[in-house]
Amino acid sequence: MNKTLCSAALLGLLLFNLRARGEFVVEVTRGQDNAIPIAVVPFSPLDTDARTFDVARVVADDLSRSGRFKAMDRKDMVEQPHNGAGIGFDDWRRLGNDYIMVGLMLPQGEDRYNIVFELFNVLNHQRLLSYQIGANRTGLRLASHQIADMVFDKILGIRGAFATRIAYISVVGSLPNRTYRLIVADADGENPHVVMQSNEPLMSPAWSPDGQTLAYVSFEERLPSVYVQVLKTGERRRVSARAGVNQAPAWSPDGKKLALTLSTRDGNLDIYVLDTVTQALTRITDDPGIDTEPQWSKDGQSLYFTSDRAGGPQIYRIGIQPGDHPRRLTFQGNYNARPRLSPDESQLAFVTQEDGGYRIAVMDLKGRGEVQVLTKGRFDVSPSFAPNGAMIIYASRDRGRGVLALVSADGRVQERLVASEGEVQEPAWSPF
Amino acid sequence: MRSSMMKMLSIGCLCAAVALLAGCPKKATTVEPPSTGTQIAGAGSAGSASTSPLGGDTGTMGAGGQGAGAGGGLASTVIYFDFDKSDIKAEYVVVITAHARNLTAHPNLKLKLEGNTDGRGTREYNIGLGERRAQAVRRALMLQGVAESQITTVSFGAERPAAEGDDEAAWAKNRRVDLVYTP
Repeated sequence: MNKTLCSAALLGLLLFNLRARGEFVVEVTRGQDNAIPIAVVPFSPLDTDARTFDVARVVADDLSRSGRFKAMDRKDMVEQPHNGAGIGFDDWRRLGNDYIMVGLMLPQGEDRYNIVFELFNVLNHQRLLSYQIGANRTGLRLASHQIADMVFDKILGIRGAFATRIAYISVVGSLPNRTYRLIVADADGENPHVVMQSNEPLMSPAWSPDGQTLAYVSFEERLPSVYVQVLKTGERRRVSARAGVNQAPAWSPDGKKLALTLSTRDGNLDIYVLDTVTQALTRITDDPGIDTEPQWSKDGQSLYFTSDRAGGPQIYRIGIQPGDHPRRLTFQGNYNARPRLSPDESQLAFVTQEDGGYRIAVMDLKGRGEVQVLTKGRFDVSPSFAPNGAMIIYASRDRGRGVLALVSADGRVQERLVASEGEVQEPAWSPF
Repeated sequence: MRSSMMKMLSIGCLCAAVALLAGCPKKATTVEPPSTGTQIAGAGSAGSASTSPLGGDTGTMGAGGQGAGAGGGLASTVIYFDFDKSDIKAEYVVVITAHARNLTAHPNLKLKLEGNTDGRGTREYNIGLGERRAQAVRRALMLQGVAESQITTVSFGAERPAAEGDDEAAWAKNRRVDLVYTP
């Protein structure tokens, strides 16, 4: 390992321990009409120190943000029971709730808490969940997201994705002195940590299938290179710094290969697969047009990608076996790019141009390939599915600033995550 | 490092000035359009497109922003493009020619072509468009005799804008290839 790489790895390690500034404000721009009403009663903190962390608030915010639930406003709560025996079900029903959640935080020594909670169906008084989770102070936020996941799963039968993370690029400073940061935060934008910082562009973060490592593009040497970085240790490795373009990394489902966009000497971009174990490089596409933005199919046997071989950018699929020919998937409109698969491979999200704006669309891969445009913005790009497939996070612009936004996969719920400073772009949702 | 870079830059400037003087007597109209394979737009097509975003706000452009008409030649180190296009507009032929002369006269000079796009569309596809623009300038230079070894390209896509803003005035300044002489 040469010296530059060594010091770069050290830098990454140091940066990961810094807390990024700038948290998000969530604005629900379009809610769901039939959201399920639920009361999440504040968990009584017996220890005054524990009062600094509000588990019930995080759970209620998670559930509301999904658009599937409508959490009752605390000021409308007449009483605040902490266990099932204290619940006057008829009162909670009259206040319009279908479900109620109660709980307690029990301090267990110096830096340890037991969160005990129960979930009830208000209509039939049935207890749906009764659980306790142990956590230290720094683990309380994660524990809260896990509780929200359990509620989501129990009531809807869909695995919750609140205890997952997002990676994104933040850009602060005015031209030409900009600082680019690769940040990993909780799925709600809280708890951000800087993974990498540079005065040159950072792009295209991609999660390894095990959620331990990020691949990304860095221009830190004024040329693009693809790096992979282990989040826990900060250990960083440059995996592609070939002449020309080194872009758009995408991990294979087994985590052993990276699909990349590389260029020939005359600047022709094509898609390649790099085996990160053997370093073997295989060319997948060979066309004079721009071929880029690869994304693996779930079986690891083919790649979805963007190509402008037919004029404007359109989405294609190609098998990775030698001699396979690409098949075009999108035909509506002049601009369809950057495909991203839903976890069950039933939907393909991508960027489409409509009425002069760039918007997020989904194509039904199981049926007849119907396309639904989900957003109404002018600059909506970089879609990424939640690991449960329920929501899509994407980059948008709001009053001249780059922001993150969310839309449910059926388009019914929409939200914006507005950062307190700078531009935010290229969100990538982690696996479970 | 920094001082040697400055030295190289001043040598580059000196060369530039010499080449500019040498190039002065020739008028833009006498520049031979490269014979084959290039995508240099003819004056007619540029006129008929007529949406040339730079025309209206040349006065507000910063240094390096002026086209061939405003002095041109080596003084210009930026070539601007139309939306979603990578063909070199007629007004920039004189800029290409001046830099080609400079590079052929000084084979030790190295030029880096930095391709850029405006912020619309997907980021990675924009890297492709920026590369295509840098390659268009590279080909035009090579057709005028510049050695391949003197030119390198890089695409920043939409990641290093020259101007901020979500309007055509900003976008027009961002769809560009920056010509950067390197040590």
